[in-house]
Amino acid sequence: MTEKDKIKTEKITKAAKLESKPVDTPKKRERKTVLMQGNEAVALGALDAGVNFFAGYPITPSTEIAEILAAELPKRNGTFIQMEDELASICAIIGASLAGAKSLTATSGPGFSLMQEGIGFAKITETPCVVVDVQRVGPSTGMPTSPAQGDIMQSKWGSHGDSPAIVLYPDSVKESYELTIRAVNLSEKYRTCVILLLDEVIAHMREAVCLPDIANVRIINRIKPTVPPQWYKHYDENQKYLSPLASYGEGYRFHVTGLTHDAHGFPTNKPSEAAEMMERLRKKISYNIRDLVQIESYRMDDAKIAIFAAGITSRAAKAAIASARAEGIKVGLLRPLTIWPFPDDAVRKMLRNVETVIVPELNQGQLIYEVQRLTKEKSDGGLIPINKVSSELITPNEILSKIKEVC
Amino acid sequence: MANIPQRIIHEYLRHDKKFPHVWCAGCSNGIVLGAIIRAVASLNIDRNDIVMVSGIGCSSRMPVYVDFNTLHSIHGRSIAFATGIKMHKPHLKVIVVTGDGDCAAIGGNHLIHAARRNIDLKVIMINNNIYGMTGGQCSPTTPHNAYATTAPYGNIEPDFNICNLAMGAGASFVARTTAFHVLEMQNMIKDALQHTGFSLIEVVSACPVIYGRLNKKGGAPQMLKDFRDNSIPLSAVEKLPPEKVEGKIIRGILRKEIRAEFSTEYAALCKKTQTAGGE
Repeated sequence: MTEKDKIKTEKITKAAKLESKPVDTPKKRERKTVLMQGNEAVALGALDAGVNFFAGYPITPSTEIAEILAAELPKRNGTFIQMEDELASICAIIGASLAGAKSLTATSGPGFSLMQEGIGFAKITETPCVVVDVQRVGPSTGMPTSPAQGDIMQSKWGSHGDSPAIVLYPDSVKESYELTIRAVNLSEKYRTCVILLLDEVIAHMREAVCLPDIANVRIINRIKPTVPPQWYKHYDENQKYLSPLASYGEGYRFHVTGLTHDAHGFPTNKPSEAAEMMERLRKKISYNIRDLVQIESYRMDDAKIAIFAAGITSRAAKAAIASARAEGIKVGLLRPLTIWPFPDDAVRKMLRNVETVIVPELNQGQLIYEVQRLTKEKSDGGLIPINKVSSELITPNEILSKIKEVC
Repeated sequence: MANIPQRIIHEYLRHDKKFPHVWCAGCSNGIVLGAIIRAVASLNIDRNDIVMVSGIGCSSRMPVYVDFNTLHSIHGRSIAFATGIKMHKPHLKVIVVTGDGDCAAIGGNHLIHAARRNIDLKVIMINNNIYGMTGGQCSPTTPHNAYATTAPYGNIEPDFNICNLAMGAGASFVARTTAFHVLEMQNMIKDALQHTGFSLIEVVSACPVIYGRLNKKGGAPQMLKDFRDNSIPLSAVEKLPPEKVEGKIIRGILRKEIRAEFSTEYAALCKKTQTAGGE
């Protein structure tokens, strides 16, 4: 190390101490039960996960998230900013994240569509951030206050140009809290944009949530570089593609671009480096699939019929299963908490043991294509959709009658 | 090795990384980059404290060459990215380098709202009157009757006065100069860097290879000479009869005023909520 480098490094450690904005997270909270909405649970989960930057644009049915954070963030030295539109919101949270913030935005279908270019930017530049999409009915403005599950494919394929997605899907208010924390943690760990899909009904439904003691909330922070700036590589291939991330203002002076880039973050047109970068994005997810995928298996041990459902629909399925079981029908549920990457292995395993799979969804059929992809060897009769896009929920009775039809 | 002159700009460039640059011969972007670097150097700002943000286009390629914290973002959104950076780390000097298409067309919404908030960003809009990188299409500043690949019969749209727009939206520092007036530009950037609040500097620049060729402007030296001959300083405007001002580029600091700055206001709000909590 030359004399000049020494001075530089010294300056950096000094600077790093000075520059990070202090963020107050409550030191202690008793374990307590609170009645709250899904949106409130998301806002609280975000705060508990250490989110200190929110930029957003009001849109039903996600607005409570912004409203709560507008009240809470300033108290903790965090930033709340209402931007001029959704495009600005996603860009602002990426900018803040590059400056070291844990950042989040919340929106609904139309806003989510507007954010897709920014989401792609966060993915290619490997910048942590979280987007909460509270889904509503229909294309365009649709029915802003009614539930649908129509953004399942958008959350994976919405952004152009091939990029893997991490998407979490809670089924309750409690889980909205938990999965928001998990979304923030995964975004920090995997340096990418993580999406939390929420059903409108869960967002606005009130349930009792037992909040954990703050000390028991597991927080993951991005890995910080420990090398001097001249050794820093913005995209390092160590540790299953999970590489350290410096922040602006800490002395690392790295370059970030949405262009295809090399390991240092500088643009490249070399086919070999381009392929390497794209592979890196893919492998980052596929090498870590066991860490990413969470799935709940409910009464599947002896099931002859399986229901595959996510979010609010899975709760109707559980009620239907209870009724069917009471009549002696062997039926179970597989519920993905992570819908992307898709839980291939769990679904394959399930398909080995059951004769029929029912896939109820509040859309015209999205998740079912993924199940179908894994059921090639089964006859088509073994895969049964239930779809509804009328703004009403799928009821337990509708699922139950379908179960009775096939058993 | 022969003695290679080491200028101040060399110290700030990532010369081992990404040179030669992508800009065409005669392009004004390099002149602006030089002026930014000299302004920063003259103020002795720690380069760790500078973030340069850009969107898409020729001028937006600038951040890759210069050794600051740099972000080459997406089309039109540079000001939004910069807002996030500034709000999280308000002590950073955030410089946005953008073009007329990036800033005034697709990014127009972000421009006016950042100006309204008076957030302390330094936006340097390099206005070459055309979309250079995509090959010469009309931009909001392409003059009336000028030619572009998407205006093959001459542009029928009126052009945008971006400085007036920014002032109308509430920017607290607005200035205009040309690529010919290098010292003036450098001083304006210096001035903007010391100003607290939204700062916009419009640099009228030469794109000889695309705009110049389509409109028979006679090459880079001629275009720069035209900037010299067709521009007047703000101080001279009042003394001249209106017909002599018509169609000229008016140079100078058009507005500089002290107004509440957004990140400072936000910090005050934080303090307020924290003390209120103790009641």
